[in-house]
Amino acid sequence: MNKVMVCLKRVVDYNVRIRVKPDQSGVVTEGVKMSINPFDEIALEEAMSLREQGQASEIFVVSIGPADCQQQLRTGLAMGADRAILIETDQELESLAGARVMLKIIEKEHPDLVLLGKQAIDNDCNQTAQMLAALWDRPQATFASQIETADGSLRVTREVDAGLEVIDIDLPAVVSTDLRLNEPRYVKLPDIMKAKKKPIETIAIGELGVDTAALFEVTNYAEPPVRSKGQMVDDVGSLVAALREKGFSL
Amino acid sequence: MSQVLVVAEHDGTVLNPSTSKTVACAQSLDAEAIDIVVFGEGIDAVAAQAAKLRGVSRVLTCQRGENARPLAAIIAPQLAALANESGYRYVFGPSTTFGKDLMPRVAALLETGQISDIMEVVDAQTFRRPIYAGNAIVTVTTPADRTVVATVRVASYRTVAEDGSASIEAITATAQLPTHTRYVELKSEAGDRPDLQVANIVVSGGRGVGSKENFELLYELADRIGAGVGASRAAVDAGYVPNDMQVGQTGKIISPDLYIAFGISGAIQHLTGIKDAGTIVAVNKDPDAPIFEIADIGLVGDLFEVIPALGKLLEK
Repeated sequence: MNKVMVCLKRVVDYNVRIRVKPDQSGVVTEGVKMSINPFDEIALEEAMSLREQGQASEIFVVSIGPADCQQQLRTGLAMGADRAILIETDQELESLAGARVMLKIIEKEHPDLVLLGKQAIDNDCNQTAQMLAALWDRPQATFASQIETADGSLRVTREVDAGLEVIDIDLPAVVSTDLRLNEPRYVKLPDIMKAKKKPIETIAIGELGVDTAALFEVTNYAEPPVRSKGQMVDDVGSLVAALREKGFSL
Repeated sequence: MSQVLVVAEHDGTVLNPSTSKTVACAQSLDAEAIDIVVFGEGIDAVAAQAAKLRGVSRVLTCQRGENARPLAAIIAPQLAALANESGYRYVFGPSTTFGKDLMPRVAALLETGQISDIMEVVDAQTFRRPIYAGNAIVTVTTPADRTVVATVRVASYRTVAEDGSASIEAITATAQLPTHTRYVELKSEAGDRPDLQVANIVVSGGRGVGSKENFELLYELADRIGAGVGASRAAVDAGYVPNDMQVGQTGKIISPDLYIAFGISGAIQHLTGIKDAGTIVAVNKDPDAPIFEIADIGLVGDLFEVIPALGKLLEK
């Protein structure tokens, strides 16, 4: 493969405890740690490992969002990507609009493979890879837990509800990554220094001529119903008694 | 005219209960008709099962060799064509790996967005869904002038009764099918135990179980009480059990009447997968394990002592 494109989304770090704003207009993101979506990090690691196997030459990372996304792109460059593209916008794009934007970059860059996380841990939509593949009219292999290269195609093992499904897809293609595909490397200080010299190209979203208007309106954010702590029992006998009291005829 | 098209999930022989739960969600729309479409080959038995689901008007079967396996790239253009030609207002699929793979591709072909994981229908255009691993619930309104493509969070719905008698019609969908995606195989270790997504009781193990061999203890207990067996991500990552047993944000979201967790500390991503369970029982050595904060019944103890003792008591 010549070129691998990896999409990185800036999201609230997975360790942050999410709180809904008191007026239910959103979740609190001010002053909160932001990171690369963990699934996207796995996608980038996979691109790196493909290159280490001699299966890819160039790796570039793409993000859509505000100027602050440069932080995540820098991390991507420190992990080993050659260059980065930021499509700058303050608007929070829906998956379809995001896929349309990514398609524009594909049309410009002609990657052989697009890798991205199966879902972003903020909105949990699990859509962008599939929509991008549809718009591009190319194969999709979602929830990948193993990728093997062949001549002009990939053999991808997918984590599905029934087990592991294996499919062959012709390149170019879109692959969305699952948790067990790999373990992303730690970024070392010299790599961070080196990454400072790597280029980040910034494109204003308006220049792409893509319809990014929101289709959906989110009218309310609410706290989920809370399950409260129940009773603690001291031994197995009391456990069984408590279950029977709740009506389980075990 | 508002009609719903539900895409059936099946393995070629048996209709997956996720289909019935998707129909249950569709019923809360007050639609004029709910149709089910079954893509496959030699799937008359599946169509017959779908025809029994209460509230379904028609079951459409779309049989051809290419449809033998549920490949999104193959099915999506047919489903999109069908939705377009027949003017369905809603196109729903289950929020299982089958539906998650397929529905966004369908939405993009229909030039619209997709609502993921509907947990509640507010009105014909408004839905509730979880974000941030279920730590917030959003209310989303969809545009009136576009098809509503969505996946249904199956843990939020119960299966519908099977006393219906929908008509079954063979159809063909006009679409150019690609050859760029080819099915190779399905590696499945699924045994005879109940499917996690429909089991009434689920016994589940985490890192605390310690090994693949030790999971036998859970299997024995599960078989004794007719339970399905699940696991935390930690147990799957450690190689104790296959991926299809994972319960949580990135695994299966389940809603059994009774969930019994052994050696699971209760990471927020895991708790997301069991919030809809009727009763949660937690057994853990660590009295500070977060799972005790949401468990209905908690027992601080060594699972290697608790499970055999539990087995003995349940024998009596």
